[in-house]
Amino acid sequence: MNWRAIVAIFTYEMKRFFRTLFQSLISPVISTVLYFIVFGAAIGGRISEIEGVSYGAFIVPGLIMLSILTQSISNASFGIYFPRFSGTIYEYLSAPISAFEMVLGFVGAAAAKSILIGLVILATSAFFVPVTVAHPFWAALFLLLTALTFSLFGFIIGLWADGFEKLQIIPLLIITPLTFLGGSFYSISVLPEFWQKVSLFNPVVYLISGFRWSFYEVADVSLAVSLGMTALFLVICLAIVSWIFRTGYRLKS
Amino acid sequence: MNPIIQIKSLSKSYKSGLHALKDINLEIMRGEIFALLGPNGAGKTTLISTICGIVNKTSGAVLVDGHDNVTDFRATRKMIGLVPQELHLSIFESVWDTVTFSRKLFGRGDSPQHVEKILKQLSLWDKKDDKIMTLSGGMKRRVLIAKALAHEPQILFLDEPTAGVDVELRKDMWNVVRELRSTGVTIILTTHYIEEAEEMADRVGVINKGQMILVEDKNALMKKMGQKKLTLVLDKPLAAVPKKLSKFNLSLSKDGNELSYAFDAREGRPDISGLLKEIDTAKISYSDLHTEQNSLEDIFMGLVKQ
Repeated sequence: MNWRAIVAIFTYEMKRFFRTLFQSLISPVISTVLYFIVFGAAIGGRISEIEGVSYGAFIVPGLIMLSILTQSISNASFGIYFPRFSGTIYEYLSAPISAFEMVLGFVGAAAAKSILIGLVILATSAFFVPVTVAHPFWAALFLLLTALTFSLFGFIIGLWADGFEKLQIIPLLIITPLTFLGGSFYSISVLPEFWQKVSLFNPVVYLISGFRWSFYEVADVSLAVSLGMTALFLVICLAIVSWIFRTGYRLKS
Repeated sequence: MNPIIQIKSLSKSYKSGLHALKDINLEIMRGEIFALLGPNGAGKTTLISTICGIVNKTSGAVLVDGHDNVTDFRATRKMIGLVPQELHLSIFESVWDTVTFSRKLFGRGDSPQHVEKILKQLSLWDKKDDKIMTLSGGMKRRVLIAKALAHEPQILFLDEPTAGVDVELRKDMWNVVRELRSTGVTIILTTHYIEEAEEMADRVGVINKGQMILVEDKNALMKKMGQKKLTLVLDKPLAAVPKKLSKFNLSLSKDGNELSYAFDAREGRPDISGLLKEIDTAKISYSDLHTEQNSLEDIFMGLVKQ
């Protein structure tokens, strides 16, 4: 393993994050505050509790997941797209590093950044509602797996995109709707039976459900199913990335 | 000298049907400066990129110091530094940071002394803390060389190193390349400037339409293929070449003031003394004489036109 290269890529990417630390953190914090105002105060006033948890506290895991998903995709896709766009990718391709090491550097950094943002949102939420984490280990595991999976997904988008507009199209058209419809702000049990079944095809449901369970022991699907589905998405993304590097798709001619 | 790079039957085809490299066989000797010449689209950059691992080959093999560049890519890539044709740099980084990053990317530990040495060698030391976006084109080119040298490679590929660089900086670059060679680095450069190859290369390869059409020692090539011309500046203009001199391949300038004798150095020793004796006998006086040899550029143009 070329650990020095992995650390170099990771550090370089993190440096980019810390260079714009204020912008990187202020945006999710403001969004969280707005969500609490809109959903917590306006809607929460009408919904007292969901399965024994106050509405404000109930949406916290969903809010964190919403940020983790969008930030992981955006950080990882931009991280690999920018060297492709600027041409500096030549250096990565000609260096003695394997595809796995390259992914570890880029995806590791993207996941680390989004986890940091997730933790900031968790801390911000604590100012508004009483947040408890019943199973910190499971919460950390879901956070890590989700950040890794969606960073890998972002990495794939960054490799596939051939323009800045394409970087945005999948997060905007697919990920954001899936997240909003994945139970970030509600339990899917409140939906009519038909829509509950449709929701089960939404992968985000499993991520949010598992993560919420680790907070309040309240879940839409069982922990094992959530964990299994999260691991499955991770494996699918890994397989696609592995295929990309094997074939050189969009990287090597 | 033993070869440091061996290219065996290397071919590269694209899905579009373009056959960019056709059965290339080439050996680069350890410690030499090898110039790869060819017109635009000849396959120079594709060849370099294939050796460095940026482009996938279709068939054939590339061995770097005996290691296959695909199956043993870590060993080969550690030995190679690449300076690309375009100015591909992270513009928000400082010179120091970007060069240090390159060193680590190639698996080498921190060595501020080495980074300082190459920055000084490339006259970049006083710019070490400057952001790359503030540098001129020539300075950015130097940063690319510094990045390529950061991991102490044994082989350096320079893809059009002086493209778009002014004359003074070009000569500085040549000095840098010579210095590098003196430290034992093998240098392969592609260039459009034949003058550059003529000035620096030990051997020259000419590639055209994906085929290596010639590989030759530069001096031997110029000696072997060079046309020479002896020109006499006459005291009085002539109306025509005298018949007595017709056995020589002579030509007269339009104004009749210069008589030229063209000969091929490959065809044995030219009879220059015989020609001068005959000129004396014909009572043609001259005030000056000079010889010209075909440049590498003439040879190159001749080859690619074939």
